[in-house]
Amino acid sequence: MNSVLSISNLSKTYASGFQALRNVDLEIRRGEIFALLGPNGAGKTTLISIVCGLVNASTGRVLVDGHDIVTDYRAARSMIGLVPQELTTDAFETVWATVSFTRALFGKKPDPEHIRNVLEGLSLWDKRDSRLITLSGGMKRRVMIAKALSHEPQILFLDEPTAGVDVELRRDMWDLVEGLRKTGVTIILTTHYIEEAEQMADRVGVIARGEIILVEEKIELMRKLGRKQLSLHLQKPLERIPQSLEHHHLELSADGMYLIYTYDTRAERTGITRLLGDLNEAGIRFRDLHTSQKSLEEIFVDLVRDRR
Amino acid sequence: MNLRAVAAIYGFEMARARRTLLQSIVSPVVSTSLYFVVFGAAIGSRITEIDGISYGAFIVPGLIMLMLLTQSISNAAFGIYFPKFTGTIYEVLSAPVSYLEIVLGYVGAAASKSIILGLIILATASLFVPLRIEHPLWMVFFLMLTAATFSLFGFIIGIWADGFEKLQLVPLLIVTPLTFLGGSFYSIDMLPPVWRTVSLFNPVVYLISGFRWSFYGVSDVNVVWSLAATGGFLVACLVIVARIFRTGYRLKT
Ligand SMILES: Nc1ncnc2c1ncn2[C@@H]1O[C@H](COP(=O)(O)OP(=O)(O)O)[C@@H](O)[C@H]1O
Ligand SMILES: [Mg+2]
Repeated sequence: MNSVLSISNLSKTYASGFQALRNVDLEIRRGEIFALLGPNGAGKTTLISIVCGLVNASTGRVLVDGHDIVTDYRAARSMIGLVPQELTTDAFETVWATVSFTRALFGKKPDPEHIRNVLEGLSLWDKRDSRLITLSGGMKRRVMIAKALSHEPQILFLDEPTAGVDVELRRDMWDLVEGLRKTGVTIILTTHYIEEAEQMADRVGVIARGEIILVEEKIELMRKLGRKQLSLHLQKPLERIPQSLEHHHLELSADGMYLIYTYDTRAERTGITRLLGDLNEAGIRFRDLHTSQKSLEEIFVDLVRDRR
Repeated sequence: MNLRAVAAIYGFEMARARRTLLQSIVSPVVSTSLYFVVFGAAIGSRITEIDGISYGAFIVPGLIMLMLLTQSISNAAFGIYFPKFTGTIYEVLSAPVSYLEIVLGYVGAAASKSIILGLIILATASLFVPLRIEHPLWMVFFLMLTAATFSLFGFIIGIWADGFEKLQLVPLLIVTPLTFLGGSFYSIDMLPPVWRTVSLFNPVVYLISGFRWSFYGVSDVNVVWSLAATGGFLVACLVIVARIFRTGYRLKT
């Protein structure tokens, strides 16, 4: 089976009547890093919470490696590690005890060697005997990650892993994610920063107002996001685009006063120099030019509109 | 069965009790001792024997029940309320743990603590008055049954409570009065007939009566009724807990 997580027709309406998820379909591939990208309130946490068993779905079905999260919850949950968005830890337990506790909850037999590796990987080894209440916020977050890794999950959920996190932890987190990927762990993270999705993920799903708007290879999405438009304000209106310029795939505005060229800022060649040369040769003169790039917000809006 | 998870929850809860040893053991022992001084020594010296038992000895089973009930409820209620309050409950809910296992861990720990406490109070009591236990096995059985039943009841309260006030409300406004009026310090035969009848609607009467029977062989109501009442309450709590988990009430949205 290629999908390690399969979500179909998932909807959630909270008791308040608010619909947080609308018919979500999503397939997560084994071993990939998937970023769920969306503004605050889009339904990211709700989606994760349903998969992990914290929230009941209203309708729909979720399979974790083929195990239904309701009827076969033991097998499904055994595979999952969760680092929730909110920082919640006990107070009086030691780091070692709380991480070992999670492993036991998942029914795994004690493995001090593994716990040690996890703690060392998160720079927590020195703190293993410290009570949680004495740790800083950043350290507590590390502990929550350690807990999620304590039972060797196949799938790791990181809900807004870098929100309010210091630079050092952010870097450690990326190292960790890279390291986990090498061992074949599937990672699903949520974020509302496009840079973060860009930096880490193999694929990106965009969610807004409870709907998955698109799921795309990161490279493809970045290409779309990296698009810019060059508008050339002509001195004289054109009736149609001359033959000699056809290969530039230009658009002509309705009044014939603007030529619009779309290009990829990330491409090796943007084609702008060639275009300007060709325009010159064709005798087309322009009085002004400007470039524009869509913001993430605009792209969200476009995507939502396109679906209507 | 995920026994490791049960053991982990149980161990976690017992560790919490060890950290708060003063609160969980010492304070009930001190207050029991005070009851003995006030009721047993001061008042008891002016009260004649009840059912042929010295007053000091007569109140021991009722006192143990009083502590057992209040401690079982507050221990279990707090045990589940607190992770709900801080949010750490997410861990248990997202783990491959069945509801039965969650209940066994939390309620088992609360009941264990109460039983230990009950035995400590019994030992304390024996320092003040000569004790006689006619049916020791039944005594232990009643102790365990009561601890389990009321820990389960406390667990339900802990899930239901959405604030610290509610957490205190039921023990304070319902359980403590019922226990005081349940014949801890008197035999309901000493009451006027009307109040005797009213008392029969108080479930705690059956508990204390049965427990006292296991000590002295005398009871206000037939011991079979005591067992039936406690057992009935246990079943009612089990049904409620099953419902809670089936619907995710106050645990899942
Ligand atoms: N328990 C709840 N009851 C009612 N509405 C909720 C509840 N939890 C979340 N919501 C609403 O559902 C929407 C999605 O929330 P959430 O999944 O947390 O979004 P995100 O994680 O993408 O920021 C929000 O509008 C939020 O207010
Ligand atoms: Mg969120």
